[in-house]
Amino acid sequence: MERFLFLTFDGLSRGAVYAAFALALVLIWRAARIVNFAQGAMAVATAYAGYSVASATGSYWLGFAVAIVAGLLLGAAVERVVMRFVDHSSPLNGVVVALGLVLVIQAVLGMLYGNEYRPAAAPFSRSAFQVGGVALLSRFDLFVFAAVSAVVGLLGLLFTRTAVGLRMRAAAFAPDVSRLLGVPVAGMLTLGWALAAAVGSLAGLLVLPTELGLHPNAMDLVFVSSFTAAVVGGLDSAVGAVVGGLVVGLLLSFVSGYLGATVAPMAVLALLLVVLLGRPGGLFTRGRARAA
Amino acid sequence: MSALLRVQELTAGYGAAPVLHGVDLTVPAGTILAVLGANGAGKTTLLRTLSGLLRPTHGRIRYDGTDLRATPVEQMVRLGIAHVPEGRGVVTELTVDENLRLGGLWRRDRADARRALTEVYDLFEPLARRRHHPGHQLSGGERQMLALGRALVGRPRLLLLDEPSLGLAPRVTAQIMALLRTLRDTTGLTVLLVEQNVRSALSVADQGVVMSLGRIVARDDAASLRADADLRHVYLGF
Amino acid sequence: MTGRTWLRHLAFLLPAAVAVLALTYLLPPFRTYQLATVGAYLCVTAGLTVLTGLNGQLSLGHGALMATGAYTLALTQNALAGRGQWTLLVSTAAAVVVTTAVGAVIGCAAARLRGPYLAGLTLAVAVVVPSVTSTFESVFNSDQGLSVALDPPPLALGATFPYERWQAWLSWAGALLTLFLLANLVRGRFGRNLRAVRDDEAAARLAGISVARTQVSAFVVSAACAGLGGALFAVLAQSVSPGAFPLTLSLFLLMAVVIGGLGSLTGAVCGAVLLVALPAATHSLTDAVHVSPAVAQRLEGNLPLAVFGVVLIVVMLALPGGLASLGRTLRRERPDP
Repeated sequence: MERFLFLTFDGLSRGAVYAAFALALVLIWRAARIVNFAQGAMAVATAYAGYSVASATGSYWLGFAVAIVAGLLLGAAVERVVMRFVDHSSPLNGVVVALGLVLVIQAVLGMLYGNEYRPAAAPFSRSAFQVGGVALLSRFDLFVFAAVSAVVGLLGLLFTRTAVGLRMRAAAFAPDVSRLLGVPVAGMLTLGWALAAAVGSLAGLLVLPTELGLHPNAMDLVFVSSFTAAVVGGLDSAVGAVVGGLVVGLLLSFVSGYLGATVAPMAVLALLLVVLLGRPGGLFTRGRARAA
Repeated sequence: MSALLRVQELTAGYGAAPVLHGVDLTVPAGTILAVLGANGAGKTTLLRTLSGLLRPTHGRIRYDGTDLRATPVEQMVRLGIAHVPEGRGVVTELTVDENLRLGGLWRRDRADARRALTEVYDLFEPLARRRHHPGHQLSGGERQMLALGRALVGRPRLLLLDEPSLGLAPRVTAQIMALLRTLRDTTGLTVLLVEQNVRSALSVADQGVVMSLGRIVARDDAASLRADADLRHVYLGF
Repeated sequence: MTGRTWLRHLAFLLPAAVAVLALTYLLPPFRTYQLATVGAYLCVTAGLTVLTGLNGQLSLGHGALMATGAYTLALTQNALAGRGQWTLLVSTAAAVVVTTAVGAVIGCAAARLRGPYLAGLTLAVAVVVPSVTSTFESVFNSDQGLSVALDPPPLALGATFPYERWQAWLSWAGALLTLFLLANLVRGRFGRNLRAVRDDEAAARLAGISVARTQVSAFVVSAACAGLGGALFAVLAQSVSPGAFPLTLSLFLLMAVVIGGLGSLTGAVCGAVLLVALPAATHSLTDAVHVSPAVAQRLEGNLPLAVFGVVLIVVMLALPGGLASLGRTLRRERPDP
């Protein structure tokens, strides 16, 4: 029972990160109909930037801020310089270009920092509090929950309560009509990518200390887990992404805890397969062929 | 009366094949011009070219002293041009209120944008009742009201209206036509009204042009067009 | 398909075989080994060309399929160790059969998926390899991997016959056989169905083509090729480990077929050459410029990735129709004679 509780909280903490990362995928999917396969690599790149600043200045939080800002800039740059020019006649084009970006980003990181793991610092202790003799949550877990909740809440407010959010949604749903109404559609798309990349960076900063550390490929598995989370929720649904993230986090935690950590990726593959074949459209959208 | 919009030798289309072949058009301020013609005559293409969604390969578009060919689509609304596209262009994923607010987001004068929003709700009762419903729940008539209302929130000077009567009950169509006439008379609105419903379009229009295969084949004041039996037979089919 | 097509393809094949044979005698051992590697890659890129170029399905999982072939060969070969040269044929066949079966399973799922969903699923397949080898450690020996027991070249070839030449012969025998079979396959009805499904699923369905069956077949065919390529890789490296089949390998394969020119088997040859030549070229480059060994190592490992990535992005953005136009324009789609 103690182990079950521990694994549940651990799973929710991991799941919160997957939720944030899946949310970033959903943001771009809704804005541009592209699954950003480069998001993991982009997040790692910004984490490295934060790492450099943190080791130069000795301040974790300065590095944290730099990583998030780098995420905004990198997201905007990727949209402006590359993704804007992708031909949309086939959904494969966007995927292949994103994979090209993965190679480029990982290669550049490898050249700059080398292909060894570097320790990723956590701003708070990762040892769990004892509640009634049971180890449940660490300060870092609480930080993860707080950060992800804040991001989800702020994004929710942005999209439902602000003029910019309204413009972004309109631009995504009906670009031509929006332009006729004076909405700078291209700018909204850039903004969407910037926001999504920043959220991805945050997720990276939250997940890297719990994994092996910084490495150009460090987010490959996180990407697959988060993609699965987004698919579980239905790629179009922000709420779905959050719930999907928690589901995947719990699954991974229980599988790792009871069957062994090496089994976890197989469990993710199995979940992805089951959802894709059994519930086309995810759990939060009405059934539709996965022809997008 | 001065011309608000003057189009000369306009040629435009999709890909290599032009749809419009040298269209000339003058719309005096404060008048309604009906653009008539069969399916495929190029009416919708004309509107899309005027609002910048489609760029002309040749010709000039002067609007109130501005060359529209160099104006980005996003700027049109700031010049006072509102284009209500065919199929109504309601963003069905957004609510009625969000759609209407979208129409005034570009405006600096926030107070007047809010005033315009209230006026639209007063004008279109059903929209006020369904304020927080998403667009896809609206009926065809309500969507038309919403699209038109959204354009009006921007207080346009030139309204490009594409097939407002499409799929609407005659009574609703008549209401919309009457509204256009009122707006022309009270606010000096200029309207380019593309219609297949010739009778109702000519009932409110001051002038009319008839398009066929991308060219203007006839132009006259609305009353004369109504009376021209030959023209009606050949191009308008009634 | 007519007899003439077979003959025409044979007429291409024989000079190619002679050329490879000649090269194995002319090139130094290291180059011969690289030539052998090109052959092994060629099996995979040719299969992937059929899948992605002709059928429009994306796979990021072909590295995992290669791993399947490689491990199957290693396990079979080790089980049969020391019984003679023929065991290599058996274990290669086993590798192809097992990979085909795995490919059929993935293909059945893939046939129901499109675009990013298919890419995501196959990506998950690609990253699951180390997980499988670690979980079933007793069979696959985790990250250490397995060594492959191989016999020396047949004595009939002479006692001093270079091992690299023998490897090149093996791998090009596989590659040319693959090319020959695929060339005949895509010329015929199967190839027409593949293209029809790629271009317009609805139209293909109306023409009486079973879209799902065609897509699964395409996946199976390309999995078989990947299995053979993986088996040859194991023969070349004389060992298998998950580190040899990272996600990057799958991405490289995709890049190779895209850059090589999707949809034509000539493009697959170019892609396979590129996969070997580019890292070799960066190696020479880092040798030529004088930098510290640590920097040289970083450059060597990463420069090919960067070049591949940049070229891929440029190719994709420069082509007006993207992937599809590559598949369509670069291939001369002549009607059957």
